[in-house]
Amino acid sequence: MKKTFYLAAAAMLLIACPAFAQETITIGFTSSQTGALNNDSTAQMRGIELWRDDVNAKGGLKLGGKSYTVKLVSYDDESQNTRVQQLYTRLITQDKAQFLISPYSSGLVATAAIISEQYGKVMITTGGALEKTYQLGNKNLFQLYTGSSQYLAGALVALKEKNPKPRVAFVYEDDPFSKSVVAAVRDTAKKDGDVIAVDESYAGSTTDFSPVINKAISAKADALLGGGHYADGATLARQLHEQKAGVKWVTLLVAPDSPKFAELGDSAVGISVPSQWEPQAAFKPDFGPTVPAFTKAFTDKYKIAPAYHAAGGYAAGLILQHAMEKADSIDQAKVAAQLNAMDVTTFFGRTKFSTDPKSHGLQVGHDMVLAQWQKKDGKLVKEVIWPKAAKTAEALY
Amino acid sequence: MIGILASIIDGILIGAVYGLAAMGLTLIWGVMNVINLAHGAIVVIGMFVLYTVANMLGLHPYGAVPLMIVFGFVVGIALYWVGVHRMIGRPELMSLLSTFALNMVLIGLGTAWWTTSPYNVQVSVPSVSWQGYTFTGTHITAAVLAVVIAGLLYLLLYHTRIGKAVRAVATNREAAELCAIPTTQVLAMAFGLGVALAGVSGTLIATMFPFTVLSGEAYQLKSFVVTVLGGLGNPAGALMGGIALGLVEGLATPFMPVSWIPIVEFGLFVFCLIAFPRGIFSFTKA
Repeated sequence: MKKTFYLAAAAMLLIACPAFAQETITIGFTSSQTGALNNDSTAQMRGIELWRDDVNAKGGLKLGGKSYTVKLVSYDDESQNTRVQQLYTRLITQDKAQFLISPYSSGLVATAAIISEQYGKVMITTGGALEKTYQLGNKNLFQLYTGSSQYLAGALVALKEKNPKPRVAFVYEDDPFSKSVVAAVRDTAKKDGDVIAVDESYAGSTTDFSPVINKAISAKADALLGGGHYADGATLARQLHEQKAGVKWVTLLVAPDSPKFAELGDSAVGISVPSQWEPQAAFKPDFGPTVPAFTKAFTDKYKIAPAYHAAGGYAAGLILQHAMEKADSIDQAKVAAQLNAMDVTTFFGRTKFSTDPKSHGLQVGHDMVLAQWQKKDGKLVKEVIWPKAAKTAEALY
Repeated sequence: MIGILASIIDGILIGAVYGLAAMGLTLIWGVMNVINLAHGAIVVIGMFVLYTVANMLGLHPYGAVPLMIVFGFVVGIALYWVGVHRMIGRPELMSLLSTFALNMVLIGLGTAWWTTSPYNVQVSVPSVSWQGYTFTGTHITAAVLAVVIAGLLYLLLYHTRIGKAVRAVATNREAAELCAIPTTQVLAMAFGLGVALAGVSGTLIATMFPFTVLSGEAYQLKSFVVTVLGGLGNPAGALMGGIALGLVEGLATPFMPVSWIPIVEFGLFVFCLIAFPRGIFSFTKA
């Protein structure tokens, strides 16, 4: 009788003590474990997972007097839009995710955004630079990456420092992101009166670039700007080298930023890439890890250096965390209000979202850098060649 | 001008490999009236054989070529007995559906094993440069090997007893039976040969370009175009049709955006179906 009484009392004490209760907050996203976007999407996911590990190691999030463990629910979207549609619906309705992070790549982000907006869920988008997604009238999207129109702007400026009147070839993937990037830089080139030697898009599944490379050779192009994502970008870089195209300046999107690009060996030398973040960046963060701390933690855990996709993944979690902590709650509206008001600097750089209803969520605080693969003491390293403030080496031409 | 010439040469080199791929399709079609919709899947098998040989077993990449011929032959015979044997002589729709089902199974197995991520085999062969244009060594080697294999096929078909048996069965199966030719076994071998050809073309393609489990579809489409160009059941026509297709691609590329080339190809396809239903190069029966 006495034993039962004490047991019951102990049980009631435990139930009645909310401070000891560890709740979970569920954050959902998909990543391309298979398919053409595999390489960079996995890096992004690792960044998100590292953030979750860091938060949970410190005891989780402390909000509104409660303690929350971060739980990530993710699925393989196979690099397909149809799967993104199904899986984000599942994340919201079945897995009851409270907040969402986007998939990787602008095309998939656009699809996920339709679903997240339908259900009114806050989604931090990372890995998607296409600006159009934020111009369709949204309330709960928050973009981490600098918009696509900025991508090649720096590349053109840096190129002109070496050759004021270049013959430019635009060879780019036929997807919304790459097309919008090239559209922006094409306008600038036309205004400056540059010769556009080649201007062609290719299907993302293209593996034979020799016809378009021959065209670039025939047109005597000095510079090639374009590419798309990892698979086609890496193949294009390799074939440019194999065919001895002799193009003096090559800037490709996305692909050269991945550490895996170094596997191309000599084909990688001189290839530059617009980057959202580099490990050499010198930002002083308001909160969260410093650049060296993040780089070390990532490299230690995954045995590979982080590129901007991984940094974007971590930053997505970090920004969401900061918004929740400032709101001291997991309520959607309160967190969204904090995100709207945010103007901070983290290891990823400055983050500020547009609150103009016509372009809500567009990233307006973050800047790009241009990185280039160079040979240093016989090894391939990525150096930052532009802008001057962030430079670590001279550009190769 | 030189640019156009370079483009044409490149097109011809690739065309030889298209021709090799189409030879497998046209042989099966010509001998047993079966449209092999698993053709693309078999090209993909050839690609992954190269990957296994070169990247996983660490052997010389071109060593995969004879390996694939033997392996493809064996797999082809197995596939014949599993999916095609009972469809011979039945309405063509049945063999079409059967090979389509085979295709789904093979692609499904491939996706489960390899996923749809891209794979690449790095093959280094010295290339040839001319007037600022470079013809990569892998393209040249693949084209040469394609022609050699086509030559070997020709020798097999026209200078051996087995080849004679295959041609006999293709011409008239009942008459061949009457001549004491074991037609079922000959059909199985012909299917095996067709699969071997398709597979080895996949191996050669994989030495040149990266690939995924789904890459075979594009080559299957091209093979249909080439088969129509070259005439059904005519392997020599297939090779020439392949080279012709490559020539058309090479000729058209300098004058239009590369993404328009499929329009030209399939326009040609439709034109040939209407104007030359027996194929441009068809000398024998349709």
